[in-house]
Amino acid sequence: MAHRFPALTSEQKKELSEIAQRIVANGKGILAADESVGTMGNRLQRIKVENTEENRRQFREILFTVDNSINQSIGGVILFHETLYQKDSEGKLFRNILKEKGIVVGIKLDQGGAPLAGTNKETTIQGLDGLSERCAQYKKDGADFGKWRAVLRIDNQCPSNLAIQENANALARYASICQQNGLVPIVEPEVIPDGDHDLEHCQYVTEKVLAAVYKALNDHHVYLEGTLLKPNMVTAGHACTKKYTPEQVAMATVTALHRTVPAAVPGICFLSGGMSEEDATLNLNAINLCPLPKPWKLSFSYGRALQASALAAWSGKAANKKATQEAFMKRALANSQAAKGQYVHTGASSAASTQSLFTACYTY
Amino acid sequence: MPHSYPALSAEQKKELSDIALRIVAPGKGILAADESVGSMAKRLSQIGVENTEENRRLYRQVLFSADDRVKKCIGGVIFFHETLYQKDDNGVPFVRTIQDKGIVVGIKVDKGVVPLAGTDGETTTQGLDGLSERCAQYKKDGADFAKWRCVLKISERTPSALAILENANVLARYASICQQNGIVPIVEPEILPDGDHDLKRCQYVTEKVLAAVYKALSDHHVYLEGTLLKPNMVTPGHACPIKYSPEEIAMATVTALRRSVPPAVPGVTFLSGGQSEEEASLNLNAINRCPLPRPWALTFSYGRALQASALNAWRGQQDNAGAATEEFIKRAEVNGLAAQGKYEGSGEDGGAAAQSLYVANHAY
Repeated sequence: MAHRFPALTSEQKKELSEIAQRIVANGKGILAADESVGTMGNRLQRIKVENTEENRRQFREILFTVDNSINQSIGGVILFHETLYQKDSEGKLFRNILKEKGIVVGIKLDQGGAPLAGTNKETTIQGLDGLSERCAQYKKDGADFGKWRAVLRIDNQCPSNLAIQENANALARYASICQQNGLVPIVEPEVIPDGDHDLEHCQYVTEKVLAAVYKALNDHHVYLEGTLLKPNMVTAGHACTKKYTPEQVAMATVTALHRTVPAAVPGICFLSGGMSEEDATLNLNAINLCPLPKPWKLSFSYGRALQASALAAWSGKAANKKATQEAFMKRALANSQAAKGQYVHTGASSAASTQSLFTACYTY
Repeated sequence: MPHSYPALSAEQKKELSDIALRIVAPGKGILAADESVGSMAKRLSQIGVENTEENRRLYRQVLFSADDRVKKCIGGVIFFHETLYQKDDNGVPFVRTIQDKGIVVGIKVDKGVVPLAGTDGETTTQGLDGLSERCAQYKKDGADFAKWRCVLKISERTPSALAILENANVLARYASICQQNGIVPIVEPEILPDGDHDLKRCQYVTEKVLAAVYKALSDHHVYLEGTLLKPNMVTPGHACPIKYSPEEIAMATVTALRRSVPPAVPGVTFLSGGQSEEEASLNLNAINRCPLPRPWALTFSYGRALQASALNAWRGQQDNAGAATEEFIKRAEVNGLAAQGKYEGSGEDGGAAAQSLYVANHAY
C-alpha cells in the first residue's frame, strides 16, 4: 500500500463536516426542489399549468419566500441548475433569499441515466465529465452541497452485480470530486419501489447496495463525516399485495441502515419515492421512534412529499400564493416533527396529502 | 439479483445475537487464553518453566480458579483446542468451571498463518477445511463463540490489496461457517504494531482493512448482530519516535471504527498486541472516555495484557498459585472498569504491569 496522500486538509474536512451537520441539525431536513425541466413538466401538467421557465420560477418563488420560520424545519434546499440563477419578482436571487434565511443551498449535479449494455435494462448515471470545474463554479455561486441520484431496481436478475458496482463507483467519484471543491455530497442510491417484491426482499437488496456504496466511498477516500446519505426507506414494491405498517417499514429500514451505514455519517435524509405526503411523514416518524440504536440523524429530503399539496393549492394562480405557502409550511413542520419522532397525526388530511405520488419508473 | 436465500433462521439469529450480547455486557470483556502450544512455549520459557501439557494445564488452572469476582468483568474466555478438553485437579472440566461462572466459552479455530506468494512477506490464515464439522463438535462440547486471527503489517508496500482482500475473504468464510453451527465468530483482522509508522498511518490502514472486512462479511451474508470484532487499537508503530497520549490513541481508534464498523455489530473487543498491562488498560479507558458517539460496546479481549503479572507471580510454583490468581483477578477488574471509562489509573509504575510485552512479529 502506498503511503497515504491525504485527499483533504483538516480545514477542508472541518468545513464539510460543519455544512453537513447544519443541514440536519435539530430535526431539520431538505426540500428537494431540483426537479429537472422535464420532471417539472410532469408536475405542472397534473395541475394544468404550462411548463415555461416563468411558471417554474413563479412556483419556486412562492416556496422560497415563505416566512423565515421555515428555517426551523428546512436546513437545506436542493436546486436545479436553472433555479440557482433565477430571481424573485424584485430581482433578488433565490439563492440569496435562502441563505439569508440560514438555509444551505444545494445543487443537483448528475446528468441523468445511461443504459448498461448487457443488463436487464439497468442504468448508471452520467455527469462526471468536467464535474470538478462545475462544482468550483457552483461553490462560487453559493452552493454548499451537491446531489447525485443513482437508480437501481428490483426485478428478475436485478439489481445485477454490475449495476450495483457501477452505480456505487460513480457515486464515489462524484462524492470525491464534490469534496475537493468544498461541496458536501449527498449520496443517493435509490432502489426504486417498482415491482411486487415484499418488504424483506427490499431490505436484502438495500443492504447489499449500501454495503457496496460504503465500500466504494472508502476506496475513493471520501470523508464520511462530510457527506449525507439519501436512501430509499425499505418498503414493499408498489405492486406487492401485502400491506405493512409504518412500524414494520421503520424496523426494516433502520435494520438495513444499522448493518451498512457507518456511524461517522452525520445524517440520513430519506427520499419519499412516490409515497403520499402523509405516509412519508408517518414513516419518518416511526423510523425515529424505532428502538434500534441510531447514531445518525434520520431526516428527510423530500420533493413530491413536501410539495404536492402546495402545487395543488397554487394551480398556477398568483392569488393562491398564501394558500400555497401554508400548505408547504404545514408539511415542512410535520416532517421536522417526524424527524424528532414527535409527529402527531391529526387525522385531518387533504386529498393531495394522502394521494399516492407514485409514477412508474420515476426519473427526475 | 436472485431472491435472497436466508443464511439463518430467525431462531438462529436470536441465539447468536444473545450470545454476543452476553459476552460484551456492560463492564465485561474477554480473557484470551487460547495460546497455541508454540506460543505457550515462549511464555513459559520467559519464566523458566518447561512447556509440557501438564504445565499448560496447571497454568490455565491458575486463571480459571479465579473466584466470583471475575463474573462481573469477564464475559468470555477463548480456549485453545487442547485446553477445551482439560480438567482441573479435581477432575472438573475447565469448560464446566467457566460455564458455571456464567462466562461464555470460546474456541480458537484458525490453523495459523501461511505465506501469500508474490507479496512482501504477507500471509493469509488457514483452517477452513472441515471447519463446519469442527464447529459442530465444539458447539456440542460447550463452545458458543470462536476466534480466528488474520495478520496484516504496515511497511512501505504493505498491506497490499491482495493481502487485505484475501484475509477479509477468509475471515468472512470462517464467520459464515461458524454462524451455521450456532457459534458467534469473533473476527480478528490484526494489523501488527511492528514498524516506525506514525499514528495517522495506522489509522488510515485500519480504516481500509476494516472497510474490506465489512464488505466481505456483507458479501458472505454474515449476520453482523451475531458477530464481534477484535481489532488492533490504532497506535503508532513500535519503532515510531513520536509518543502519543492515550487520548490521541483513543481518538484515532474510535474515529477509524466510526468510519468502518456498522452499528449493528454489538461489540468491539480490542486485542492488546504487546502493550503492557497498564497501557492496555489506560488506552481502553481513554477509548471509553472519548467524546465521539459510538454505537458498539468497546471492551477488551486480552491475552498477554491480562496474564503477564499472573504468569510472573506463578513461575511454575504451585505455592504461588493463589497469588498468581489474585494478579489475574486484579487485571480483570481493572479492565472491567476501563471498559466503562471508570479506571483511574494505578499510579504505580514498574513491575510486570508496565513492562512492554512487545514481541516482534508476534504469532500466537
